[in-house]
Amino acid sequence: MNSFVIGYYALLIGASCLAAYFKQRQIFLLIFSLTLVSFVTGIVGGVPALRFITIAAGLLALAAGVSYAFREFLIIITPEGVAKELRTAPLTAAFGMFVIFTYAIAGIFAPVIAPFGEAEVISSAFAPADENMLLGADQLGRDMFSRIIYGARNSVGLALTATGLAFILGAFAGLMAATKGGWFDQLMGRVADVIMSVPSLIFALLMLSIFGTSLVVIVIIVALIYSPRVFRLTRAVAGNVVVMDYIEAAKLRGEGNWYLIRKEILPNSTAPLVAEFGLEFCFVFLLIAGLSFLGLGIQPPTADWGSMVRENATLISFGELTPLIPAAAIALLTVAVNFVVDWMLFRSSGLKEV
Amino acid sequence: MVPKKDVLLEIKELRIEGYSDEQWIEIVHGVDLTLHKGEVLGLIGESGAGKSTIGLAAMGFARDGCRISGGSIDFDGMELTTTPESDLRALRGSRIAYVAQSAAASFNPAHRIIDQHTEAPIQYRIQKRVEAQEDAMELYHRLRLPNPDEIGFRYPHQVSGGQLQRAMTAMAMACRPDLIIFDEPTTALDVTTQIEVLAAIRDIVDQFNTAAIYITHDLAVVAQMADTIKVLLKGNEVEEAPTEQMLDSPTEDYTKSLWAVRSFKRPQKQRPTGSDAVPIVSVKGVDAAYGKVKVLDDVSFDIFAGMTVAVVGESGSGKSTTARCITGLLPPTKGEIQFHGQALPPRYQDRSKDQLRQAQMIYQMADTALNPKIRISEIIGRPAQFYGGLHGAELKNRVDELLDLIELDPAKFYSRYPPELSGGQKQRVGIARALAAEPSFIICDEVTSALDQLVAEGILKLLDKLQQDLNLAYMFITHDLATVRSIADEVVVMQKGKVVEQGPKDEMFKPPHHPYTDLLLSSVPEMDPNWLTTLLEERGTDSIGEAASV
Repeated sequence: MNSFVIGYYALLIGASCLAAYFKQRQIFLLIFSLTLVSFVTGIVGGVPALRFITIAAGLLALAAGVSYAFREFLIIITPEGVAKELRTAPLTAAFGMFVIFTYAIAGIFAPVIAPFGEAEVISSAFAPADENMLLGADQLGRDMFSRIIYGARNSVGLALTATGLAFILGAFAGLMAATKGGWFDQLMGRVADVIMSVPSLIFALLMLSIFGTSLVVIVIIVALIYSPRVFRLTRAVAGNVVVMDYIEAAKLRGEGNWYLIRKEILPNSTAPLVAEFGLEFCFVFLLIAGLSFLGLGIQPPTADWGSMVRENATLISFGELTPLIPAAAIALLTVAVNFVVDWMLFRSSGLKEV
Repeated sequence: MVPKKDVLLEIKELRIEGYSDEQWIEIVHGVDLTLHKGEVLGLIGESGAGKSTIGLAAMGFARDGCRISGGSIDFDGMELTTTPESDLRALRGSRIAYVAQSAAASFNPAHRIIDQHTEAPIQYRIQKRVEAQEDAMELYHRLRLPNPDEIGFRYPHQVSGGQLQRAMTAMAMACRPDLIIFDEPTTALDVTTQIEVLAAIRDIVDQFNTAAIYITHDLAVVAQMADTIKVLLKGNEVEEAPTEQMLDSPTEDYTKSLWAVRSFKRPQKQRPTGSDAVPIVSVKGVDAAYGKVKVLDDVSFDIFAGMTVAVVGESGSGKSTTARCITGLLPPTKGEIQFHGQALPPRYQDRSKDQLRQAQMIYQMADTALNPKIRISEIIGRPAQFYGGLHGAELKNRVDELLDLIELDPAKFYSRYPPELSGGQKQRVGIARALAAEPSFIICDEVTSALDQLVAEGILKLLDKLQQDLNLAYMFITHDLATVRSIADEVVVMQKGKVVEQGPKDEMFKPPHHPYTDLLLSSVPEMDPNWLTTLLEERGTDSIGEAASV
């Protein structure tokens, strides 16, 4: 038993006693169950296991601290209306916003932040990390860290454009279908069914091999694949709005479809659409990463997280973590976006009546 | 004085807080309430008075976003404010039951009525399934539901609203509770259906000597049901007295004002005579159908300038469908709508902007009739902009003028959103939107039925004033004959898509009547506490079920 282990248990037991004394039921349960778990893992895994738990708890606490501080920061710098909404945000959402904020900074200021260019060969292949290269080099000797930074710009930017386009297409078609109804609704619905009936990855591969792999083609194809989902959601949400009396009043006034969509229906369906945007963004992002992994997405030497995983995949067999870093970047962004989306979904469902 | 041991529920200094705008605000300010075994207490007040909140508190329950912050609720020796949730759950359904306003929304549409009925007794192990089902049928018998042995095996959507409300009362009775809380059980029903439900509730409460709290905003209804009446205003008690005394000699001003509401009446106008008098709107022999179901059969009536024609009838009689035909939402299959003697195109899409402008509509539910995401200024301003082509300062002046007209302060309401308004204010904005088009004819579809009586009276007075100032013609769709009495010049009675009787108001309220008109008239609750008893005797108790199907 070294001092670390003794200190570890002393801290946990002390904290749980304090929690119990101040009648903090939940905190007590959390800390004390952690103590009990530590007894078991301590016996099985020894000191390293306990160190791991400490580091994990420390990281979690750090993330929570950063999220809390970031939320308070946002509340202070935003105007009153937004700040009021932000106060309802849980820590997970604040964490998500912080991650998105970091990615955005990385993407926008990539040339300033990255120490080397994305296609610049600076050392030998698979060179390990040193003071020059934070994360080592890839299979051609390019700086991994710089490529990740540039990747934020390329992968995220592409996904954002594709999602945006999918939304413009899908939402417009959905709103028109709900407003016009009849044959137009049927036609759009069937077209959406046809697109959705083809597995998305296969559809994308097919189209990319026909039209070639330029950025414009990727954006259009991905948008086309995802627009039917947006269409369905928009049509369903707008369908609920269209039957309201105020739409009837506007129709009887003689308003055109464009006014109905823009002024009466869209403002009442934004909340679910925004939430859906976040979700779709993740799917689009993963699809583009998947396409890159298969070699049909963004073409080299442009840095892209999906292709970075593929190019460095061989390293996995040597027990190196390098190929997992871009994968982790993808995962972190996906999780972060979903945290924010969860909060928005909660808000849109809770605020419906107000 | 009833001896102390008979006290079933005693609420003392009850305080309830609601959470809004990030702080707790007290909404019930120390209300006392005592209920003896077998006694029926009527809670009345306008919306926001805290009636439902107190009713739920009597079960030890606070809605989401509310909390009981003070006082005590003693139910038969149990202090509900400190009882743990698990014990309260055991109490609810078995000893205290709740009947909600909308039975249609409170029944689970996916299960048979009788399965929902027997759930509580089986869950509490009071009865076995078979016993519970027999008991349910017995209760259906007592509540005089049609086909009592069979009706329970239907799904909620297969029975009518009144029957569903009675089935819900039966369900509340399933465990023979000591206390039932009725939360506006007849508000959503027609007058003719309301009688069945009222009679059924009163019978069953008498038979089992159950205590009840009857929450309503309708004085005439509470007069039939309650032994004692308590009047609430904004979370405070105004007064409490036995029913007779409360009706004859209320002491507080607020109570008196509630009593006086139904007295608003305006002089009746006569049709213009002479050959050059052309009605503004003339419905001529209109038939209409939804798909293959015929809903209107040869409907004809005229509406002259400056006059109010009330169209009455229970739900499903085709009142609103007539309005849809006039506005062009549902093209008639036969007949035509004339406007100033000119036939209108049947579909609204084919009508000119001016034709659309001339006929405006005010809706029943102001909540769904105003877009919650558009500011009041734009809601009212849009028609003025759309038809009148007003812009900038002109438009703002017009909106201010309209807001003045509906007695809302422009400075306060100009840039607000509809959800920030009360029900009555929303309805006023709905009126302003119709007026902004400068119409000559307005359809008012049950405009006051979702409002409290005091607020409704304000709306009726406003509509009357506007009619005099602007010489508007109204088509007033309603099922409330009190409203008809106060505002109509002519009455059209509809039943099952047909006009059964029409004429000037004073003639319509004088016998002889068409049997259906008679049924409608006699079904309107009166303030006399013996009204229901007398009426049921007149009709013969067995005819309650038939009353609705006459």
